[in-house]
Amino acid sequence: MLTRGGWSTFLVALLVVCAVAPALNLLVPADSAFHLSDYMVGLLGKIMCYAICALAIDLIWGYTGILSLGHGLFFALGGYVMGMYLMRQIGLDGNYKSELPDFMVFLDWKELPWHWALSDSFIATLLLIVLVPGLVAFVFGYFAFRSRIKGVYFSIITQALTFAALLLFFRNETGLGGNNGFTDFKRILGFPIATQGMRMTLFVLTGLTLLGFFLWARWLVNSKFGRVLQAVRDAESRTMFCGYNPLPYKLTIWTISAVMCGVAGALYVPQVGIINPGEMSTAASIEMAIWAAVGGRATLIGPIIGAFIVNGAKSWLTVSFPEYWLYFLGGLFIVVTLYMPQGVVGLVKKLRMGKGAKA
Amino acid sequence: MTPDLMEAGAQRYANIAPLRVPGQTESGGRSAGYGRVHTAGAVDTTHGRILYLEDVHVSFDGFKAINGLSLDIAPGELRCIIGPNGAGKTTMMDIITGKTRPDKGTVYFGSTIDLLRHREAEIAALGIGRKFQKPTVFEQLSVFENLELALATDKRVRHSMVFTLSGEEKDRLAEVLQTIHLLDSAARQAGLLSHGQKQWLEIGMLLMQDPKLLLLDEPVAGMTDEETVRTAELFLTLKGKHSLMVVEHDMSFIRAISEKVTVLCDGAVLAEGTLDEVQADERVIEVYLGR
Repeated sequence: MLTRGGWSTFLVALLVVCAVAPALNLLVPADSAFHLSDYMVGLLGKIMCYAICALAIDLIWGYTGILSLGHGLFFALGGYVMGMYLMRQIGLDGNYKSELPDFMVFLDWKELPWHWALSDSFIATLLLIVLVPGLVAFVFGYFAFRSRIKGVYFSIITQALTFAALLLFFRNETGLGGNNGFTDFKRILGFPIATQGMRMTLFVLTGLTLLGFFLWARWLVNSKFGRVLQAVRDAESRTMFCGYNPLPYKLTIWTISAVMCGVAGALYVPQVGIINPGEMSTAASIEMAIWAAVGGRATLIGPIIGAFIVNGAKSWLTVSFPEYWLYFLGGLFIVVTLYMPQGVVGLVKKLRMGKGAKA
Repeated sequence: MTPDLMEAGAQRYANIAPLRVPGQTESGGRSAGYGRVHTAGAVDTTHGRILYLEDVHVSFDGFKAINGLSLDIAPGELRCIIGPNGAGKTTMMDIITGKTRPDKGTVYFGSTIDLLRHREAEIAALGIGRKFQKPTVFEQLSVFENLELALATDKRVRHSMVFTLSGEEKDRLAEVLQTIHLLDSAARQAGLLSHGQKQWLEIGMLLMQDPKLLLLDEPVAGMTDEETVRTAELFLTLKGKHSLMVVEHDMSFIRAISEKVTVLCDGAVLAEGTLDEVQADERVIEVYLGR
């Protein structure tokens, strides 16, 4: 599945996530130069969630040629499912000392709405994290792909979809906290959520999920399934005349991609401690596509690198030069589109090949 | 019965045995009388037709691209289709392969399969392969992978995830690579091939599909003379095992391969016959030279 070098890099990444990072954070004293601060752990954990999204975008955009500008929806859906569980975990410790989440007390609701029924079970939550984004994607994808909606039209419809969901989630009647969303989480599985240990646990879990998804994606694109996806991307009618029905192929990868994003959202929420409809904004979804484009489409590793580069730059620039961040993002997108169609990975490959040609 | 009578009977039987075609009976090769068992999805060519179009009409925004077209092709036949630009040659292929729906008419594959009831992928699976006018291959994949995707096998998602080539299939792939003269380029990216090689690769992909009927839209366009000659040889070897419908403008190529030529004009059949016959036809001359 990977080359020998690829596997060793993979093992190093695994080691860093599971051993080096926790050791630097928990064991090395805070005043040491090698100490990994809690802030960095939070930041890296968050970026790894984004990297999962970029990977998901790469599967559907890079390999299948379907640009989704609505993956923020699936991310948010996974996040909201997790958020509902975390809200129930608060129990009687909320501001109003009620069984109900605070915002429901504030709205003067007397009992939980129907869609909160399973939210107190962690097992059900884990299932729903996969099922809710998966089902939404499946149904939407089925109708969109069956009607042979393609290219920019599909992208626009995904934008509309996530925007519609944003408006829906903004409403208090939806029963999901309106524009404030969920926050003030206290516990997860009964353990306090804001401790250093829990933060590290979530960090390691996110890292393992990212690496696991990477291997899964790698397996998918290296199988004949992945080659059919690329065939659909490059010449869909040829694929059809070879006897492949593109619909189930597109639908499968679309749903897998959405589920990956949902899981990323579910890992994201306990780490940042808040989920609100802002995650469904059109800009958030477009940013995901930018991560993939910057890193290099159809390379798998590229979008992960892209997510780290863009979000690393974002967290640095928004602190140092807050007013210039958006200019930087816009400029970056223009530069990548014009000069680096294959992204960072493509650039590195080109430089290496150039060197090889000279030597 | 006495032994000498039996001997005489055996002798008579032996005398006529070499004259018999295996499987041939008095009812013309069919087992007599009670109807045949029809397998779903199998092509029934017992009526001597693998493709049958009758009175097909298509119009695009009022323009009648196909206007009362009727045409049939026999199993194993190599049929050439010629005609001026806009005669409806490509549209006809679109209809047969399910890309375009006709407004009116009948299109049958064999005598039992109504092609108008099927979608593109199903029609391909039934055994109709198509080469486009512009060579269309999967540019980012290697030559080998292009052929592997075209291989006739289970084309469903679940199967594709666990698919590996069997030894037999590998042999078949190597054989086709040999046939299309791309054995040395198997690992090359298809997008890097020359125009003629792409044409060959696309023909190779058709061969991997092992279709009963091949539709070839301008297969030698952009090929060198040598490549054209090799293509003609290839088509002649395919004839008989497969049915072929070739749309081409290159008359020397058609002369090399054709037995029967159909001339299309304004969406209908203008003339049919050998190349010499149609070339002598007044109406054909007028369409090509007149106006």
